[in-house]
Amino acid sequence: MSTGYAHHTLVVTVENKAGVLARVAGLFARRGFNIFSLAVAPTDDERFSRITIVVDVESATVEQITKQLFKLIHVVKISELHPAESVERELLLATVKAPPESRGQVLELVQIFEGRILAVGHEQLTVSLEGHPTKIDDFEELLRPYGIIELQRTGRVALPKLERQAPRLRAVKGKVS
Amino acid sequence: MKLTGAQALIKSLEMEQVEVVFGLPGGCILPAYDPIIESSIRHILVRHEQGAGHMAEGYAHVTGRPGVAMVTSGPAATNLVTPLCDAFMDSVPMVAITGQVPTTAIGTDAFQECDTVGITRSVTKHNELVMSAQDLPLAIKEAFHIATTGRPGPVLVDVPKDVLTSTMDWEWPDDVDLPGYRPSSKGHPKMIKEAARLIVESRRPVIYAGGGILKARAAEALKELAELCDIHVVTTLMARGGFPDDHRLALGMPGMHGNYTAVTAMQRADLLIALGARFDDRVTGKVDGFAPEAKIIHADIDPAELGKVRRPDVPIVGDCRLIIEELVKAVKDLLASSEQPDRSEWKQTISGWQEKYPMTYQPAEEGDALKPQFVLETLRDSCPSDTILASGVGQHQMFASQYWKFNHPYTWVNSGGLGTMGFSVPAAIGAKVGRPDKMVWAVDGDGCFQMTAQELVTASVERIPVKVAILNNAYLGMVRQWQEMFYDERYSEVYLSHDIPDYVKWAEAMGCVAFRCESPEEVQPTIDKANEIDDRPVVVEFRTDSSEKVFPMVPAGQTNDQIVVPPFQEGPHREVVQ
Repeated sequence: MSTGYAHHTLVVTVENKAGVLARVAGLFARRGFNIFSLAVAPTDDERFSRITIVVDVESATVEQITKQLFKLIHVVKISELHPAESVERELLLATVKAPPESRGQVLELVQIFEGRILAVGHEQLTVSLEGHPTKIDDFEELLRPYGIIELQRTGRVALPKLERQAPRLRAVKGKVS
Repeated sequence: MKLTGAQALIKSLEMEQVEVVFGLPGGCILPAYDPIIESSIRHILVRHEQGAGHMAEGYAHVTGRPGVAMVTSGPAATNLVTPLCDAFMDSVPMVAITGQVPTTAIGTDAFQECDTVGITRSVTKHNELVMSAQDLPLAIKEAFHIATTGRPGPVLVDVPKDVLTSTMDWEWPDDVDLPGYRPSSKGHPKMIKEAARLIVESRRPVIYAGGGILKARAAEALKELAELCDIHVVTTLMARGGFPDDHRLALGMPGMHGNYTAVTAMQRADLLIALGARFDDRVTGKVDGFAPEAKIIHADIDPAELGKVRRPDVPIVGDCRLIIEELVKAVKDLLASSEQPDRSEWKQTISGWQEKYPMTYQPAEEGDALKPQFVLETLRDSCPSDTILASGVGQHQMFASQYWKFNHPYTWVNSGGLGTMGFSVPAAIGAKVGRPDKMVWAVDGDGCFQMTAQELVTASVERIPVKVAILNNAYLGMVRQWQEMFYDERYSEVYLSHDIPDYVKWAEAMGCVAFRCESPEEVQPTIDKANEIDDRPVVVEFRTDSSEKVFPMVPAGQTNDQIVVPPFQEGPHREVVQ
């Protein structure tokens, strides 16, 4: 684990019970930890939900957060996902000003980022983009000058990357090839 | 078998071997009070719900069994918040049952509705709102399981009125269903081996015993470890009684008002063996300067405590008793092939400190008010050694911990973490209910006493013969001490008056026998008289010296090296061991 401030993604599997999100959020508030983003949804097993929490803290604090979280009775499992070893996605919805004179540029931007147009108005467009959070950041930044009317991001969700090492070649002793 | 939710609730408590419930009925919990009439469970009717909570705590402190409090919704539930938080901070096993408005009324701001589960979420180990009578037995079973296993703590079960009145098919669950709750108990063998190695190699080791020793029922094991390795033991405020004070290896209480030797031995140690302790700020002083040369072995059942304040060199998660027993074995293995280093210099240093800075005070001059320490010493010497002592929070609490001799576990009942004024009277009552065979004294301050004294009515009516010693110095003494020392004697809102209320009349009005004691000659005979009474509560008011301060003291925010000894002990006192 490296030290210093950084994004840490915690994937918390919880029992799907009333108030469980309040317990998790309350714990962050009470212990003075700041949540950067949060996403909650049921898992494939209906007894459990998965909470993906991104925190912006030191590594030592992450350890303490994890231990405190684990004390919640309804928390079943916690894993920390390192950015290098996980796939992360986020969804952005934005309504942006798009009068005839700039509409083409907005459309082009959406096209470059492989986003979608969800709704079209006379002076506005609602667009969506799904992707890695840094890509979303870039898109948001480039969209901003055109005039964002409303913007909503989901908070990131993540899963561990699949192991895909090449099958290890057996070393043959004594031979040089 | 068909039962109402209320019947199922009470039956579930019986299944959990509950012998006593401290409580007070009201609207929403009313249905549960009907089956109590037929139940084997004794109900003790308190005068304020906070009292019920502290009584449950006192009961749990001395018996090790979970204390149970049952109250109604709304204001009753909020009155229980302080004891819940107190139990949470001090890891006291407790189950609270609160009434709630009917499920159909939840969220409508109904009469006496409050979000009990929301309000108590951060002061309980767990809480649960039960929405169906059928779920009640499992909820109760899980509540007791969670409260008593792992790191103990309070659990609250909130029960809406219509859940109590509806019917269910009675079935007692065989097991709990808690996939996210698996407290570990045995320590990691590799860590235990490593700890044993550090112990036998250390030259200036100190055992830092915390409340976990008592929670894990590890007092015997601790004694074995200390004697085997010949290591001195400090017992924190929460661990008093966990290691006998009259033992040659006992150093007494460390911390802000700990004795000089306990504080300084920790500060100079090269190894701290923390067992069931949590490096509380009142023990460490300024953390950066705490025990700077010490390696740390930290054993605790709560993984979150390891590294929370001070990063341990050897962390061990598990039950203290099991860990210590394994440590003893591991140390014996090592000692079979090697010897511990010569620690005679360290021992001499310790005994030097003990000689130079004993826990003493200056006796009162002729005509002066009583010294609180003198009252406590006399009380201590007049009571059986296994007397249970409860205390409130403040100067009297520190004097009690400093001057009492705790030689038996589970004889000290106090509010350590939360520091709840008013704790002692109800906690003493709960303790006496749990251990009716023992003498129970509450040492209280005049400020504390005024917060919860009405529970003496409960004690009188229920025939619970506790004894209360009020150290009446007419002030909020600890605050006064800080104002004297750190605010240039500018006393702000700390004077309470010696005479109002009249404690003797008040106590008598509550059905107690009461005495007032103002001169040193009266102290012994008054205590003797109080000790002879065993059929009703006794209150003794001792008029004590307002200006007496608690020493030693580590001023807030300073390191333990800055310990202030009483003025008459002052001198060059900061020897450093090489």
